[in-house]
Amino acid sequence: MTSVGQRLAAIRGGVQPARHNARTIAALTGNPGCARRAVLDCAGVDKQRLAAYIDYPARFGQSQFAITRGNAFEAQVKANGCAELLRLLREQLDLDIPEVSYDDLESVAGHESQDLRYARSRALLTRAAAQAEGAGTLFDHPLLRLEVAGQQAYLEPDLIAFQHAGRFHVVEIKSFAVIDGQADAGKVAAAAIQAAVYVLAMRRMLEEAGHDPESVSHDVVLVCPRNFSNQPMAVLVDVRKQLAVLRRQLSRMTRIDALLAELPATLTFDLAPDDQGVPTRSPASLVAALEAVEARYSPECLASCELAFFCRHEARGCTAALGKAAREELGGIERVETALAIARNQLAPAEDQKEAAELLRAAGRLRAELMSGVAG
Amino acid sequence: MSTLTTLARAEAVVEGVAQRITTVRHVHLAKRPLVFIPLTMAGEANAPLAAMAGDDPDNPTLLIVPQPRNRDQRFAFAAELADIVIGYVDSFLDDVEEVTTNRGKEVRHRYADAPQLLVPNPGGVGFTRLFGRSTRFRRTDGDYPVHPSVPLLGRWLTYFTERAEHPGSSALVPMTQALTMHWATGQSPLEDAQLAAFMGWIAPPDGLTGAEAATAAEDPVTWPPAGPATDPTFDNEVLAPAMAAYDRAVATDSHVDRRRGELEEALRTQLEPTWRLMWHAVSLLRDLPAGASVAKRWAEDRDAFTNFTEQLDAGGFPQPRRDGAVAAARRLHRMERALTSYEVQRAYDDPMVMADYRLTGEAFVGDVTAAHPTRVDTSGKKRVLRPWIAVTTTDPVMVTPGTTLLSPEQPDGQKARVMSVTRKDDGTTAVVLELTGGMGRSLTPAPGSVPEVGKRICYTTLSDSFMPPGSFPSREETPWTHGGPPAPYEDSAPTAEDAREEWS
Repeated sequence: MTSVGQRLAAIRGGVQPARHNARTIAALTGNPGCARRAVLDCAGVDKQRLAAYIDYPARFGQSQFAITRGNAFEAQVKANGCAELLRLLREQLDLDIPEVSYDDLESVAGHESQDLRYARSRALLTRAAAQAEGAGTLFDHPLLRLEVAGQQAYLEPDLIAFQHAGRFHVVEIKSFAVIDGQADAGKVAAAAIQAAVYVLAMRRMLEEAGHDPESVSHDVVLVCPRNFSNQPMAVLVDVRKQLAVLRRQLSRMTRIDALLAELPATLTFDLAPDDQGVPTRSPASLVAALEAVEARYSPECLASCELAFFCRHEARGCTAALGKAAREELGGIERVETALAIARNQLAPAEDQKEAAELLRAAGRLRAELMSGVAG
Repeated sequence: MSTLTTLARAEAVVEGVAQRITTVRHVHLAKRPLVFIPLTMAGEANAPLAAMAGDDPDNPTLLIVPQPRNRDQRFAFAAELADIVIGYVDSFLDDVEEVTTNRGKEVRHRYADAPQLLVPNPGGVGFTRLFGRSTRFRRTDGDYPVHPSVPLLGRWLTYFTERAEHPGSSALVPMTQALTMHWATGQSPLEDAQLAAFMGWIAPPDGLTGAEAATAAEDPVTWPPAGPATDPTFDNEVLAPAMAAYDRAVATDSHVDRRRGELEEALRTQLEPTWRLMWHAVSLLRDLPAGASVAKRWAEDRDAFTNFTEQLDAGGFPQPRRDGAVAAARRLHRMERALTSYEVQRAYDDPMVMADYRLTGEAFVGDVTAAHPTRVDTSGKKRVLRPWIAVTTTDPVMVTPGTTLLSPEQPDGQKARVMSVTRKDDGTTAVVLELTGGMGRSLTPAPGSVPEVGKRICYTTLSDSFMPPGSFPSREETPWTHGGPPAPYEDSAPTAEDAREEWS
């Protein structure tokens, strides 16, 4: 084990690391400058449990109705060796897939270890890439790997289709509806960035094996129910933009060893559970540990990070807590009180705040003039 | 968000309570609005789960779908909702007023009042849109007949959602949006999307700050989400068992009513807090005085309502899934015009909105420091009244000589041409203006039509002057660049297939 690995293991405490998935990696690109998140995620700390223990529980939950429907839809699309999916690929997307074999990579001879599954996925996918003239194949439950801030994360796309023209297509099956050709923009964007994570992982794998990474298409296949029915439909989504964002953010993510060097050597988020698994460490000392790692809170975190409620509490009084746009409007000044005092001419701006101060003061003057006319 | 709104957010953080960002109310609030709170089943495509609706705060109607995956029950829900919505809409059809047009030469009729739907948030508008879409093409005969009120409900809901896209319309108002227009909270716009948290900032309970009230309002147990999505924990721990119990009761045909009653009570707990919040928000908004143009915009809503009832009476097809090229261009043009005049009207109605334009140099407020009200311009063939005034302001002035300005405080049609702009050493700016129009016909101005020395006055480049409507080809003359003329009614006539459309 490397020293970074040892360090991360110590930070995590004596438990198995929490697993990354495409969703958490996609979320990472949303706030790449957050050191707290980078350290906790690289170490694989169970943030959900940590947040609950320090009394800022995350409120993510999925309704069992949504899970049931999602699973049922996926099963329907994949039933009978993906018969329905093949029809969609051929008829709606004009993909020329004459005959097809189907490989389920969910387990390797009954073994479900990730290393084994990854090795098998890698072997099969690289072999397909080598035989450009081979028949089309659908790879179900492949396991891919992507390096995130120095750590390997395992990923499981819904499906990868390989057609005989020599291109791989990542297939994402989602159960949100496309109604009259339109779907919820937020959900499509989330699906696209997740699919981009898979495309990137797949490309890196082929590249390592000496194949052309471009043989993984940047057009991913999104399969969704049509209108109000259960009938699936497929569309191609171009994820080039998402790929660019992802590549840039992953490379920009401060290397974890540089981050660790700044942190106290004793830092750990070990809950120190007793024999029954009940944490023995005091929440206060965990909060102190969290405070040792700088966070970069923004309201968007609430939708994606388990620790967001804690960070939001910590960020009270910061302009960033009002949102990125508000922070900019307030001239990038850190604290709300400072911005307000400058606007009200009660505080002289620092050198770098002078330009922002002019607009703030004009706004403050107007606001004072107007508020005198409004009661309440 | 403007700098002023953001500054108000900063004030809200420090004061611990939401801050006003307008002096008047810019939305119309009906005397008797219909509050409508829909809930959907998680994971399904806009499958209704429950709704609370009504125009009486003390007497809401609760509708539920005990098994949202059941098609018949969904259409039963649609028929029940139709009773409420169509009954409400019909109650406005008795009172008609006369409107003279074309300078008094013609008279047309419009309804004296119109229906107004209030939903908690933009998600409520989204539900209304999709529910309209999934019901308006249904047929009352053929394979899957529905109650005649169902397609009619679909057309009404579609009318409301189309109005909701129209800037300045108050026919369908998402409450969080109405509140955002009038108050700034000390939290982010993302968090403002939650009605309970927003209300916590505006009206925190005694002893709590806005921030504390908003945090408390995030607990889904006391303040369930305002829909259309339900709280996942409620789904898993309460709803799923109750629904399963109902299904078992139906299967064994025992205690069906009791199990349905239990489901109703469970769903009522998820809707009632939002119901109370909605009416509380209504009363807070009512306390604000209406802006001067609100009635004018509501008259446009009444026109739209009148037109739509005429369309319904004339038969015809439900609104198409998608507009044809010409119809889309017309709609976009209408919306652009409406947006421009809505923004100008709000600024004219409200000095706090005008302040945003003062900050960007598109308006200024100052004192009249000199006036020559009887100045006559003799340079042309005809002697004309052209008073000059000088306005001194501390606002940044970005206008240049030659620009034409208007003042919200001056008579309609009075224009002010900028003659000179002089910056003084004390940081103020003097603007000399030449006035035309709105002063009567003689060479001495009508009393009060020229601002007097000492008056505080606002001048702006914003103008709500008449914008000529664009001209568009007829549907039959759709140019080939836009796909050519659409086949007759191919985009709107409901087919038998539409009526049978799956809804699972």
